[in-house]
Amino acid sequence: MAEVTDLIRARKRQDQIFNIIGLVCTFVGILALAVLLFDLAMDGLPRINWQFLTSAPSRFAHKAGILSALVGSLCVMIVTMATAVPLGVAAAVYLEEYAPKNWFTTIIEINIANLAGVPSIIYGLMALGLLVYGLGLKRSILVGGLTLALLVLPIVIVATREALRAIPGVIREAAYAAGATKWQVVRYHLLPYSLGGIATGTIIAMSRAIGETAPLITIGALTYISFLPPSPFQAKPPFVNAQWLDSQFTVLPIQMFNWISRPTSDFHHNAAATGLVLIVFTLAMNAVAIYVRYRVRQKLKW
Amino acid sequence: MSASRPTTRAGAVAASRTDYASSGQLKAEVRGLNFHYGQRHALKNVDLPIPERTVTALIGPSGCGKSTLLRCFNRMHDLYPGNRYEGEIILQPSGVNILSPSVDPMEMRLRTGMVFQKPNPFPKSVFENVAYGLRLRYVKKRSLLDEKVEAALRSAALWDEVKDRLHQSAFKLSGGQQQRLCVARALATDPEILLLDEPTSALDPIATSRIEDMVFTLKEQVTILMVTHNMEQAARVADFTAFMYLGELVERGTTSQFFQNPQNELTEKYLTGSFG
Repeated sequence: MAEVTDLIRARKRQDQIFNIIGLVCTFVGILALAVLLFDLAMDGLPRINWQFLTSAPSRFAHKAGILSALVGSLCVMIVTMATAVPLGVAAAVYLEEYAPKNWFTTIIEINIANLAGVPSIIYGLMALGLLVYGLGLKRSILVGGLTLALLVLPIVIVATREALRAIPGVIREAAYAAGATKWQVVRYHLLPYSLGGIATGTIIAMSRAIGETAPLITIGALTYISFLPPSPFQAKPPFVNAQWLDSQFTVLPIQMFNWISRPTSDFHHNAAATGLVLIVFTLAMNAVAIYVRYRVRQKLKW
Repeated sequence: MSASRPTTRAGAVAASRTDYASSGQLKAEVRGLNFHYGQRHALKNVDLPIPERTVTALIGPSGCGKSTLLRCFNRMHDLYPGNRYEGEIILQPSGVNILSPSVDPMEMRLRTGMVFQKPNPFPKSVFENVAYGLRLRYVKKRSLLDEKVEAALRSAALWDEVKDRLHQSAFKLSGGQQQRLCVARALATDPEILLLDEPTSALDPIATSRIEDMVFTLKEQVTILMVTHNMEQAARVADFTAFMYLGELVERGTTSQFFQNPQNELTEKYLTGSFG
């Protein structure tokens, strides 16, 4: 019997060793984030006030603000979301529910997987070549949003496909057995039940897009923008317009890059403050994603 | 295989249950059905008459093709690629061949109701679950919906238990209640045939006996074809029982004759537990 207890002790020791290694590995990540946040906060927090959030950039660091970048990021995100979500969800539904299993579908799937691995600057070059030179669009919010939409499309597609796959086959069969068409099954079952997964995927895609810099630089977002896009609302009917889509823009990470590349430390504080705002945005979006996922899991237990 | 021929020596009990000598009362008739899952020949030359307003039970060991046969009736196999039917299932009184390529699978699913092995209610309210088939038919009138839903829930012996919580999630019901809800969902659209695929395999004995009682009453309204892994269940609720083995229909007869005096050696062996 002594052998058995020895054996158990040896195996428990292995367990503990791995436990410790795992803990250390986990802390490397957490610690890095904590140091990063702390450093940013030390530099940037004193700079964050109402003036900073509501002023345009300026050549005086203490007068400069991030309003135009903030509004730019917001506008670009709206375009990105309005493009990536319908395209991504439709593509995912097609691939999961409609596509026949053949070589053509396989090629599409491989391409989508590869799309997720393309360096983001390549998307910027594509936007410049195709959208700006090819289609003759301006270097505008529209082009920026479309570029980022392409960039995050694979994320939306993959998340939606996962959500669709999580719906049990017996639910589909129950609906089909009642005489539903494919579209009715998609519309009244699959989309509603996968909404949580789609929402989470969308938010994760958006928090990826909001931090992207490289693809926007190629379309001219690295520039001094001290004005806001024209208001989408007007006094005359139809009371809304889309002129803001054509406006030049900059975004938060580019504003940050702009300031960090200047020699004076005052601007570096501005950059740190911008970084903080960006991180708060991202964390807030992730928090929403986690909450949505939690709510949906509570409601839909298969 | 002569098992499908109606026998004349039906027991007195069975004869009083159903007068099935008159062939005009057939609801459906399977003739020379072969079914392939890709390369796999899953049903081999199956013949089976289904008399109207009776319960026909399909029994046999796992993988014998009983569920496969059931799912031919509402063309569920059409949902997956590579499946192939040969032969016919004639639906009476119209004489339509269910398996004909010219018949839209959707039509057969609208004309039949199906209940699955595990309860699979939709994550919607009790009411919306039962009303689902009606909504697919664009029934909008509230009074008609209410009436049909109540009738279906009463037929499924569930009304008294859920009438006060029609608008709560169906997931809050117990397993047995969920399964009866699935029966109600299938019944709400007045199907011509009710297909039950091992409806009690995931349920406890009490829930099982409630489903069995319900099936026994339901056959006054609708023709029922039921797959079961449980021989006693077939003996309790079915008017006719068919035994399948390795994709073939070995024997079919009135339940009393089938259990008391099986004609085929294989059937007898299965019933006595020598294999299966």
